[in-house]
Amino acid sequence: MSQTRQTLTPAGAAGFESAVSARHISKNYGEVEALRDMSLEFPRGQLTSLLGPSGCGKTTLLKIIAGLLKPTSGDVEVNGKKVTGPGPDRAFVFQDFALLPWATVLRNVAFGLEMRGVATSEREARAEKYIKEVGLAGFENAYPHELSGGMRQRVGLARALAVDAEVLLMDEPFSAVDEQTRRKFQEDLLQLVQNENKTFIFVTHSIEEAVYVSDQIAILLPRPSRVSEIIRPSNFRSKGVDNIRRDPEYLDIVDEIWASLRTYVE
Amino acid sequence: MIVFGYRLPGMSSLLLWGLLWEVVGQSGLTFFIPPLSEVLGTLFTILGTNAFQKALFETAYAFLAGVFFAIVIGIPTGILMGKSRLLDELLLPWVNVFLSAPLTALVPVLMVLFGFGMKSIIITTTLFAIWIIILNSRAGVRQINRSLVEMAHSFGASPTDAFFKIYFWAALPEILGGVRIGIIRAVKGVIIGQLLISIVGFGALFELYSANFLMGHFWAVLIVLFALAFTISEFLAYLERRVSYYAAKR
Repeated sequence: MSQTRQTLTPAGAAGFESAVSARHISKNYGEVEALRDMSLEFPRGQLTSLLGPSGCGKTTLLKIIAGLLKPTSGDVEVNGKKVTGPGPDRAFVFQDFALLPWATVLRNVAFGLEMRGVATSEREARAEKYIKEVGLAGFENAYPHELSGGMRQRVGLARALAVDAEVLLMDEPFSAVDEQTRRKFQEDLLQLVQNENKTFIFVTHSIEEAVYVSDQIAILLPRPSRVSEIIRPSNFRSKGVDNIRRDPEYLDIVDEIWASLRTYVE
Repeated sequence: MIVFGYRLPGMSSLLLWGLLWEVVGQSGLTFFIPPLSEVLGTLFTILGTNAFQKALFETAYAFLAGVFFAIVIGIPTGILMGKSRLLDELLLPWVNVFLSAPLTALVPVLMVLFGFGMKSIIITTTLFAIWIIILNSRAGVRQINRSLVEMAHSFGASPTDAFFKIYFWAALPEILGGVRIGIIRAVKGVIIGQLLISIVGFGALFELYSANFLMGHFWAVLIVLFALAFTISEFLAYLERRVSYYAAKR
């Protein structure tokens, strides 16, 4: 196992180029210390999971990268540019979908483009393309409340894809959908990472999910919040979606992560 | 009474009360209540008169102007109060005071400030309607799902975009509820204004008919007023139902 794991190493040393770097991030809410001096590199074109027990600050870190929260100290760079707020190089997928309930699927998917001032006909054409891509063709004029949870998250995903950002930030995107839909989502996500040349940052509390979809897993531990280790699974994901869950390496990593997280779960 | 649908029971009970009115009127119990048939007859004769149409115009003008200002000032104020903690703390006590205050007592003050004309009547109407519109718009904004706001922010929405494309729509069900109640209060406001400030419009008709014991006329005008208020309120209730598909799912 040791060859698949490494402690925190600076960018470049592991042979990848960072799309996103978080450097010495601290975040305090008054007295409460949510993050302390956290540094993490996110390799370009790969999917990095932030995994940890609740309260470890994984969502906080994601929102800081998104520019939705300001860090108390430290900074985030996306493609070498310092993050000062939300930007067109990043798109966010929300845990609770965050769809406009009064707008159709088409308008929801086109929302990001609408905010960027893309003309109606062009943004609708682009939205339609991504609606098809996430498998919702025929639902363009449906309203969110007419869709199942899984379909709603597909809308959320299509909206994030439509703006064609280089970095996709996903905040526990599959936690509010049922188990079967989630498995399908995970398989689709692997496809997406392979086909789209994007960097994915994925927050989850599911160990299996993290190991299944990730190129790199950052284990975050609480009190004080820190990156305890970074795991880079070797190559079981090239064996095909059907074989991942019974690959010995997959099972070993899941077990090991659980062993290190166990003590932090109340 | 068997309930088949939504409308039937409401209309049926009106028929029942109308029948009771007619019986009491026909019995000659009191001059104050003429038979309903007589009131309706009077209603159709006065509808065509100049005095009535002038009154209707004056009242409608003051009412619509008052409601217009209440909506145009009330909704943005409420939304901004819901968004900004500072503004909320500054204004909320006043809104609550005026919402429950006996506004009729303020009317003489308005007369001193704004004179005895249409201006004071319109301001009175606005004052009756605006507070509940502000409170409801504020409540609508405060229940907004935080992640919708974050979503808009993360996709680069400007404050103006967020206001018109997120906050307004998210609060719309509450806003419409507030406008509906506000309009019902505005009917009160416009009549009180027309009775106390300058005797014009429907207020003048009420004054004239009741002073001369023309109870048939009095009730006829009251029915017209009630029907107008009811129609507007039902129209707004219809608009509210139009947005209810997402009101429960925000």
